[in-house]
Amino acid sequence: MASNLAQWGNKLHSGETTYSIVGNRKRWFMVSAVLMLISIGILVGKGLNLGIDFTGGAQYVVPNVETTSPEPAEEAVAEIAPGQEPRVTTLGENDIRVQLGEITSEQQQELTTALADAYGVDESTISFDQIGPTWGAAVGQQALQGLVIFLLLVFVVISVYFRAWRMAAAAIIALIHDLLFTVGIYALSGFEVTPASVIGFLTILGYSLYDTVVVFDKVNENTRHFDSQVRYTYAELANLAVNQTLVRSINTSVVALLPVSSILFIGSYLLGAGTLKDIALALFIGMAVGTYSSIFVATPLEVALRAREPKIAAHTKKVLELRESGETEVARTEDGSVRVGALKPGEHKGQGAQPKRKRK
Amino acid sequence: MSKVTKSARKALIGLAAIFVVMYGALAAGVLTGSASWTPGLALDLAGGRQIILTPVLEEGASQEIEQSDLDQAVEIIRMRVDASGVAEAEITTQGNNIVVALPGSPDQSTVDLVAQSAQLQFRPVLVVGDPSPTTVDEAQTDATTEPVPEDSESAEPVESATPTPSPSASTASNVITSADTAVATATDASASPSPSPSAVTTEGLIATQDDDAAEDTTSTAPVYGETDPSSFEWLTPEVQAEYSALDCLNGENYGGRSMGNPETGYSACSSADFQKIAMGPVELTGDDIETATSGPRMTQQGTLTGDYEVRLDFTDEGGAKFDEISQRLATLESPRNQFAVVLDGVVISHPQVEQRIPGGEASISGNFTQESAEQLANQLKFGALPMSLEVQSNQQISATIGEDQLQAGLIAGLIGLILVVIYSIFQYRALGLVTVGSLLIAGAATYGIIALMSWLIGYRLSLAGVAGLIVAIGITADSFIVYFERIRDELREGRSLPSAVDHAWRRARRTILASDAISLLAAGTLYFLAVGGVRGFAFTLGLTTLIDVLVVFLFTHPVMMLLARTKFFAEGHKWSGLDPRQLGREAMYKGRGRVKSTPSRVGKADGSGVEESVGGTDAPSDGLTLAERKAAKRRAEAEAAAAPAAVATAVDDDDKAASDSAADAADEDGNDDDGDADTSKEGKE
Repeated sequence: MASNLAQWGNKLHSGETTYSIVGNRKRWFMVSAVLMLISIGILVGKGLNLGIDFTGGAQYVVPNVETTSPEPAEEAVAEIAPGQEPRVTTLGENDIRVQLGEITSEQQQELTTALADAYGVDESTISFDQIGPTWGAAVGQQALQGLVIFLLLVFVVISVYFRAWRMAAAAIIALIHDLLFTVGIYALSGFEVTPASVIGFLTILGYSLYDTVVVFDKVNENTRHFDSQVRYTYAELANLAVNQTLVRSINTSVVALLPVSSILFIGSYLLGAGTLKDIALALFIGMAVGTYSSIFVATPLEVALRAREPKIAAHTKKVLELRESGETEVARTEDGSVRVGALKPGEHKGQGAQPKRKRK
Repeated sequence: MSKVTKSARKALIGLAAIFVVMYGALAAGVLTGSASWTPGLALDLAGGRQIILTPVLEEGASQEIEQSDLDQAVEIIRMRVDASGVAEAEITTQGNNIVVALPGSPDQSTVDLVAQSAQLQFRPVLVVGDPSPTTVDEAQTDATTEPVPEDSESAEPVESATPTPSPSASTASNVITSADTAVATATDASASPSPSPSAVTTEGLIATQDDDAAEDTTSTAPVYGETDPSSFEWLTPEVQAEYSALDCLNGENYGGRSMGNPETGYSACSSADFQKIAMGPVELTGDDIETATSGPRMTQQGTLTGDYEVRLDFTDEGGAKFDEISQRLATLESPRNQFAVVLDGVVISHPQVEQRIPGGEASISGNFTQESAEQLANQLKFGALPMSLEVQSNQQISATIGEDQLQAGLIAGLIGLILVVIYSIFQYRALGLVTVGSLLIAGAATYGIIALMSWLIGYRLSLAGVAGLIVAIGITADSFIVYFERIRDELREGRSLPSAVDHAWRRARRTILASDAISLLAAGTLYFLAVGGVRGFAFTLGLTTLIDVLVVFLFTHPVMMLLARTKFFAEGHKWSGLDPRQLGREAMYKGRGRVKSTPSRVGKADGSGVEESVGGTDAPSDGLTLAERKAAKRRAEAEAAAAPAAVATAVDDDDKAASDSAADAADEDGNDDDGDADTSKEGKE
C-alpha cells in the first residue's frame, strides 16, 4: 500500500491523475451547505446535551464499587436530598457516576459519606463536583469571546502571510464549517458536552487552520506567477495544488488521528467517561471534518472568492478565450477536465519550448 | 568536511547543548533536593480539591473589579490557607476567576475559609505593643519597670515602657493628613520625621490601660455608640486576654483571623511593622471608602518631596464620619491618636492623626516606597469593594481516580506513539525512523521542559495537559510529513537527493513556520482567555508547537542533510523511502546527459529488477544517455503490445512492470520543467 500511495502521489504530483475538486466546487458547496443546514437544524431543534458543568448541579464518581446497581445511590439520595432525581450510570467496569441537580454543601458532605457507606468504599476515594448554575454560562461566554478574538487574529495573520484577505476569509469559513459540523454531530448523537469537549472544539480551530494553511501554502506556490502564462487558469493551478497535497493531507490525518483514536479507545474502554474521552471524541470528529474541509471546502472556496479579483478574472477570461480560439492547447483527462501538465503524455517539448529564432 | 555537513553538525551540537543544559539544570535541582525528576501533577491527576470562585459585586456598586483587586483577594486567600496549615495550596487567577487548589481532601472549615469574604474596618488604636504573647502580669511588669534595651529611638526616658519594637517603629508612625493641606503636614513631617510614639504619653497610657484592665472594666462595660471609641473602657478582660495571648511572631495570625465583633474592642497584628495592636470598636468600614490611590507626594507648589503617599477618598457619609473621628483623635496622645485599618483580621496600617481632616479626602504618608504605597492603596481599594466571592465550582478528585486517569493517559499516549511509528515506517520506510527519532527527541525535550517548569515556576501537569501532549504527537509528526513529502516532490522533479533536501527545506520551512504560528496563536488565545482545564491544554499545545519548531530545525533537517550524503539514501535504496524508482523516476540524472540508475540488487528478482531488464539496462551505470534508455523502453513497449495475450497469460508480473515503467517514463517527460531531460530531444530527432 505504501508504494501504491507513493505512486498515486507521483501521478497526483505530475498532474497525471487529477481530481477536479475545484472544478466541481459547486457540488462540494452543496454538500457542505446541506450538512450545515442539517447541523443548524439539529442544534436548534434538539439542542446539545449539556453536562452539569454548564447546567449546574452535582456529580459524584464512586470508583471500584462491588456492585454497579443504582439502588444504593438512589436510596442515599432519596434520604439526604429528597426531590432530587439522581441519574446513575456505570463508567468503565466498576465505577459509578451519580448526577444530581443543585444541592447545598451540607447535603454534599452527607451524601459523600452516605455513598461511601452504600457502596462500601472509603470516603476519600469518592470524587465529587459541585457546580454553580451560572458557571457554565460564564465559561461559555468566555469561550465565545476567545473564539471571536482568535478569529480576528487569524484573519489578520493569514491575510498578512498570504497577502490576500480572501484566503483568510476562506480559511475562516472552512473553520466555522468544521466547528458547526462537529457541534452538529454532538447534538445529533446526544454526546454530553463537558468543558473537556469544549477544549476539544477549540483545538479543532487550531488543527483545522493548521491543515488549511498547509494546503494554501501549496496553492500560493503554484499560483504565484499565474499571470506569466496563459495556458492555465488560476482555478486549474489551485486544483493541482490540492491534488499535490492530497497524499500529505491523508498521511497527516492518519498520523494525527492515530493518537486521538488511541485516547478515545482507552478513554471509553478503560475509564468510561472523563476528560480524556471527551477531548478525544471532539478531536476525532473535528480532525476528520477538518481534513475534509481543507481539501473540499477551503480551497474551492478560496478560488470562488478570488475569482472575483479583477486581475484573476481578466486572466481567466483571457486563458479561456485563447483556448477557445485554439491558440493554446491543453491536455485533458478522460472526463474532459483540464489537466495541468504536458500536452501528450510522454512528450517533452524540448527545444520547442525555447523561444523561436526569428527568420531572416 | 563540507559546508553543509558542518552546519548540520553545528545544529546537532546546539541541540545536544540545549539538552545538556536542560537536564543538567534539572539534575542539579534534584541533587540539591529542590527539584524532582518527575513533573508535578495537577489536582485532577494527584487528587485534591479545586474551588473556583468568582468575585461578585453587590448590586448598585459603582466600582469595578480590577486585576489588582483579584490579586488582593488571592493574597488574602493565600494568607488564610497558609495560616490554616494546608501545605502546597495553589491559588491563582484565571480570567475573572480565582482558582483555589488544595491537595488531599480538606475539611469543610478550610473550604469555608476560602470563600469567606474579606472586610475592611477602621478602628481607633488603644494600645500598641510587643509582638510576642504576654500574660497580663508580664505586660504590666514590662510596661512599668523594664526599659526595652534595643529601643534606641526612644531610649532617653529610662522609664520608657513602650513595648514597641524599635526597628520598625518609624513605619508605625505614618501620618494621615487631609489631602488638601498636604503641604503643611508634608513640611511638618519632613521637619520632624515620623515622631516616634512619645515615651511619656505611652507610659501614661499603659498605666491607664493597666488600671482599666485591673479594676474599672468590670464595673463599666462599654456601650457601642455611646462610649467614646477611643476610651480604654473598650479594653475589657476579654480583649485584654485576647491581646495578651496574641502572638504576632506567628504567621498564623496574619490570615484567616476572625474580624471580631465590630461593636467591641479587638486586637490584631500589624502586617506593616509586626506590632500587636489593641483597638476600639469599628468606626468606619470599607463601605465608607470610595477608592484609594498611591503616588509620589507633592508639595502645594507641585514639587516632588521624594516620597510616596496613599490617598484615601471617602464617600460623603464616610468623609463626614472621618471628619469627626479625626477631630477627636488629633487631640489624643500617642498611640491613641492613631487609627488602625484592619483588613481580614490584619492591621495593614495605623497612621496617626495630627489634625482634623475634613473634606472626605485624606493622605497617608510616612516612609513609603513606591511599592509599599501601591500595596497599601490596593489593599484599601480592595477593602472598599462591596465584593463577595461566589463558589462556582467545588470539585473533589480522589487520588484513585486521578491515578487511573494518568495511567490510562500514559497507555493511550504510548499506543498512539507506537501506531504513529508503525505508520511512518510503513509509509516512509527508513525515513520513518527519522520521524521516530524526531518524535523521541521532541518527547524528551517536552518532558525536560515540563519537569524544569514544574520545579522553577510550579507548573503542574493536568489531565487536559496530558491530552494536549498526546494530540501533539500527531501535529508534531505532521511537520516531518510536510518536509518529507516536499523532499519526495523535489525528487519527482528530478533533483538529486542533496539538492532535493535543500530545495524541499526552503519550501517546507515556510509552511511549517506558518502553520506552527497559527497553532501557537490558537494555543496563546486559549491560554489567555480560558479557565481551568482549557489552560492546561493550551499550555502543552503551545509548548509542543515551539518544541516542534526546535526539533525540525535542530534535528530533523540536519539529520536529513547528513543522511542525504549517505550511500543508502542518496542512491535511493528501496527501503530508504526515497527510492526515485518508487517516486516515478527509474534513474537519477547525473549531468551531461548521463544517468545513474540504482544499483541492481543481486539475488532479488523483484519488480524493480524486472523493470531494468525490460528497459534493456541490466547493467548499472551502462553509460546510456537518457534518450537511449527511452528509445529502448519504447521498443520494449511496442513488443509487449504486439503480443499482449501471450504476455498477459504467461508473465503477469513482467507486463505490469512494463506498463509501470512506461507510465514512469511518460511522467518524467510530462512533468519535467527543470531542463535536465532536455537532452532527450537529441535522441528523438
